[in-house]
Amino acid sequence: MSAILDFIGVGFIVALVKALVVFAALLLTTILVVWFERKVIADMQSRVGPSRWGPFGLLQTLADGIKLFFKEDFRPQGADKWAYALAPVLAMVPAILGFAVVPVGGVLGFGDTKVGLVGSDLNVGILYFLAMGSLNVYGIVLAGWASGSKYPLLGGIRSTAQLISYETSLGLSLVPIALVAGSLSTVQIVQAQAGTVGNVTFFDGIPILEQVSSLFKFIPNWFIWSQWPAFAIFFISGIAETNRAPFDLPEAESELVAGYHTEYSGIRFALFFLGEYVHVVLISAMAVTLFFGGWDGPIFPFLSWLWPLIWFTLKTIAFVYLFVWLRATMPRLRYDRLMWLGWKRLIPAALLWIMVTAVVNTAGIDRGVRLAVFGALFLLVLGFVIRGDPRQKTAVSPQRRVSSGTA
Amino acid sequence: MSIAESVIRTIEDKGAGAFVESYDPAEQNMIINMGPVHPSTHGVLRLVLELSGETVLDCRPVIGYLHTGIEKECEDQTWRGAVTAVTRMDYLAPFHNEQAYSLAVEKLLGLEVPPRGKYIRTLMSELGRLSSHLVWFGTSGLDMGAMSAMFYGFRERELFLDFYEMVTGLRMNHGFNIPGGVWQDLPEGWEEVCDSIVSIMPGRIDDYESLLTENPIWLERTKGVGIMSTEDAVRFGATGPIGRAAGLDWDLRRDMPYEVYGELSFDVPVASEGDVYARYQVRMAEMRESVKLVRQVMEKMPEGDYKNMDPKIMPPPRSEMNRSMEAVIHHFKLVTQGYTVPAGDAYAAVESPRGELGAYIVSDGGTAPYRCHVRDPSFINLQSLASMAKGGLVADLIAVIASVDPVMGGVDR
Repeated sequence: MSAILDFIGVGFIVALVKALVVFAALLLTTILVVWFERKVIADMQSRVGPSRWGPFGLLQTLADGIKLFFKEDFRPQGADKWAYALAPVLAMVPAILGFAVVPVGGVLGFGDTKVGLVGSDLNVGILYFLAMGSLNVYGIVLAGWASGSKYPLLGGIRSTAQLISYETSLGLSLVPIALVAGSLSTVQIVQAQAGTVGNVTFFDGIPILEQVSSLFKFIPNWFIWSQWPAFAIFFISGIAETNRAPFDLPEAESELVAGYHTEYSGIRFALFFLGEYVHVVLISAMAVTLFFGGWDGPIFPFLSWLWPLIWFTLKTIAFVYLFVWLRATMPRLRYDRLMWLGWKRLIPAALLWIMVTAVVNTAGIDRGVRLAVFGALFLLVLGFVIRGDPRQKTAVSPQRRVSSGTA
Repeated sequence: MSIAESVIRTIEDKGAGAFVESYDPAEQNMIINMGPVHPSTHGVLRLVLELSGETVLDCRPVIGYLHTGIEKECEDQTWRGAVTAVTRMDYLAPFHNEQAYSLAVEKLLGLEVPPRGKYIRTLMSELGRLSSHLVWFGTSGLDMGAMSAMFYGFRERELFLDFYEMVTGLRMNHGFNIPGGVWQDLPEGWEEVCDSIVSIMPGRIDDYESLLTENPIWLERTKGVGIMSTEDAVRFGATGPIGRAAGLDWDLRRDMPYEVYGELSFDVPVASEGDVYARYQVRMAEMRESVKLVRQVMEKMPEGDYKNMDPKIMPPPRSEMNRSMEAVIHHFKLVTQGYTVPAGDAYAAVESPRGELGAYIVSDGGTAPYRCHVRDPSFINLQSLASMAKGGLVADLIAVIASVDPVMGGVDR
């Protein structure tokens, strides 16, 4: 036994177990996230939401999945056989693979063996995440093309443009993080956010601000404080990457019926569905990892290994909630406006912010505060630029002609 | 070759009814069928689109998928019975259908409606406008991706439908406005229910506005989209909110008052932009005006008969029939034969939620309409769709359809 163990190595077995655990956890998470979304959005729309299967309708997603699984495996006549079958897999697998670099906790010790709670601590973790995100495009494009139908084709064309454009700004928004953390490894990025902001001497000598800045000792040293513009760009691009409202153009129901997956049914559709929700969780988890300190949080003496996991989960749920909230609130963007936002606003903004970060990053200990100040200015400018679209300036209100009533 | 030409040619080639799209691969343009089953064509509207990328080069509405022959059906009904047929045309504004028809028949008969009947009609007509605009609000929100709008709109519509059920016994297709008045009096306790509706609505409309009116995405989707000029509005015969959003200051309630609108005071919202956003604003303002109108009607509601008691037209009350031979005879005649209407023709129009809804009635002196034609605003307004959609994107087309708010039951009749 131990000979075999020596041969294949403990590391391999640990990696295998981790992969299986992450995969199983993801599938379970997806079921819960779908239920969560349906419940939350139902609440926002004054409905009840799923309530039939299991307590609070928790098993509804499972029931839906089983139904999809047993449906006829239907393929339209004009479809390209192999590409049609490949597309759903390509849409789901990269989303799941992306989780390999998401650290959900610190290091666990089993005797001599130390196990990091991350699929794989790559030194190019962010690049790997971006690469997996890019692969996702193929699934959607292939689905649109291989269906041999017109609406999916339109959806495929839309998503090609959308995903490629927003891939750029997503990547650019992560450059400042790498600059600040000095690493591309997700684990090291989380470690760089440990602790609190610490002593700030920037405001020393200014009466009130000095008092306020002493509070920084209690604020966790997350990148969100200094990198909120990057976060804004990351999150907007992330929503676009996941094809979620208000950027759900590739599957815009009211325009393209169901977009790229119009012709898909049964388990193939379920894979697309799964892929989308895994992607939502992935983007949320990455936002937490890169900007909100990952598993960082107060650790209490009992079950000390569990707390990082809990903090990570709670933060991720908060972001999933944000996704749902946006879906309940926002109308859908139009195709050309989406391109306008991506290319003319987000990418220049991201480039500008990289420059600002690079310059300020060379400053000393108070860089957190400086970045925060710069960030506030930057957001103001960005907000002004976006709102300053000439098409929005003329607000009209209907004139009225009064009826000649007696009252 | 444009779609229009190709369609005309194929119809000529293959005979009427054989509508076949022609596709020329050399054109590089995509011809795509939007509808009759599509999430956002509001029923069974079919649009044949010629697309270059996502730009709509041509748009040809094809209608008739909901044709049920209601106008023809009226000819087999008595004058009273035809009400139950016309109410099914524009199924989101059943009161207005009945009202237009009843007004036309009353014109031919020279029949007066007692004040209370008129007020009840006006009350139901304004509530009907509100409930119809709520459907418009919900569906246009849904069409542009604001899914919650749909649920809010239908949530409030439920209040109205409950009230309709209380008053008429049915949630839709009421058959309530009949020639000579209304079918029955308002029930006990209608004031409380009606009052609760009109006191809820202003706050709810504020909620809708806070959701969409200043939402940047909503503005981008609607402003400058699907523009119709005032001249075009006149040329296409577009009426109602679409016409008023295009600067056509025309509202039958104010300009050709019927029922009791002359005694009520209200504003007519008019915008000049003629785009989807202007239509949104006009409809929102109209909803507020309707709430005001309902309040006025409630205050002024007179006592008295709710229908003309002319025994030749209206069946006598049940109590009369126990002691009056004439009442029994009248009842027998009206039930077995119906009443006759003097030969001639008449046109009466009301302002439905979608525009001028007119009924043109021809009588040959018999007990059934010789012809009952309805000028349905959905049908007339729909022909402006192509001119508004051309040159825009597919997403704009969706916004335009939602803003025209066609009801296919009214289009196909």
